[in-house]
Amino acid sequence: MRFLIYISDYIIPFIFFYIIGMGLLMKQNVFDDFISGAKDGFKVVIDILPTLIGLMVAIGILRASGVLDELAYLLQPVTDKLHFPSEAVPLVIIKMFSSSAATSLLLDIFKEHGPDSYLGRLTSIIMSSTETIFYTLAVYFMAAGVKKTRYTLVGCLLAALTGVVASVVVTNLVF
Amino acid sequence: MLNYLWGFMIVLGVTIGVISGNIGEVSKATINSSKEAVMLCITMLGIMAMWTGIMHVAKKCGLVAAFTKALRPVIRFLYPDLPKDHIVNEHIASNMIANILGLGWAATPMGLMAMKELKALNNDSEIASCDMCTLLIINISSLQLIPVNIIAYRSQYGSVNPAEILAAGLIATICSTCMGVAFSVIARKRCTRKRLKGKTR
Repeated sequence: MRFLIYISDYIIPFIFFYIIGMGLLMKQNVFDDFISGAKDGFKVVIDILPTLIGLMVAIGILRASGVLDELAYLLQPVTDKLHFPSEAVPLVIIKMFSSSAATSLLLDIFKEHGPDSYLGRLTSIIMSSTETIFYTLAVYFMAAGVKKTRYTLVGCLLAALTGVVASVVVTNLVF
Repeated sequence: MLNYLWGFMIVLGVTIGVISGNIGEVSKATINSSKEAVMLCITMLGIMAMWTGIMHVAKKCGLVAAFTKALRPVIRFLYPDLPKDHIVNEHIASNMIANILGLGWAATPMGLMAMKELKALNNDSEIASCDMCTLLIINISSLQLIPVNIIAYRSQYGSVNPAEILAAGLIATICSTCMGVAFSVIARKRCTRKRLKGKTR
């Protein structure tokens, strides 16, 4: 436990130390290299800014309109049958669109039920085993200028669904 | 496909917003989200430029090439059609490593660079190649080993043992990644017959 917190503290500084140390040993112009790489990163972000604006507006509209809550409500009979706690449904749906929105739902659950409750554990595990599908998909494909995404969405949804199912099964088994 | 998805999100959002009487909120959200996107980009500018900078140093001293070599069997398995010594291998390897370490901000620029190279390899087609589909599915299936931020939130909210979800989370992540890998391998096999004739170089 302690050890893990140490790891998370060490990981970034260590990567820096290792890479820059290697660079110095190999007699590279580390600062020049860093600057030229950072310039590329700048371009990447500027390239995806319009995509991000479009996407976040759409997600903002969806969230504010209450569609996602409706969807969670509609899915409730199904999830009840599968013994999936209804409180976690909005989180799973929103996590597909926006990580920060899902995080705020996660924190609400922590506040209300506590992080060590069944729900708290389950949602923690779901959060750590799924990614923001629509967001990532849009940013990557828009940046590359790809229009036809073929089977990507199906594959991503399938992987996410597996992650959620596995989270439920594992939570029931372990805790 | 993205055009429909995006358009559908907005049309649906506004329609439901009117029906449910949340249209005021929707109106606010439209303006605020565009602002938020720019704020996010400003944060991203710093962090992403930092990571691409450090990655460039790593590239210059041969570290990335070494890691790519170590990951070669994995890359060969997932992307069997990639030209062997193409730069895209390095991008994919760095993207993978950043994902595993949980450095999402570092993974994105690497992934985007890989995506651009894949597009060039695909004769600049607007249709995604199997490699692109695989790249995205793998990225989205979550490779992260240690969900640092979740553990931090748990401890912030008074969990007795914030890291207790670690093993369970890892199992769930492995399941979703395996499913993603299996799906992309099978889907690639199925469309092999339709595959490009001229994958030169």
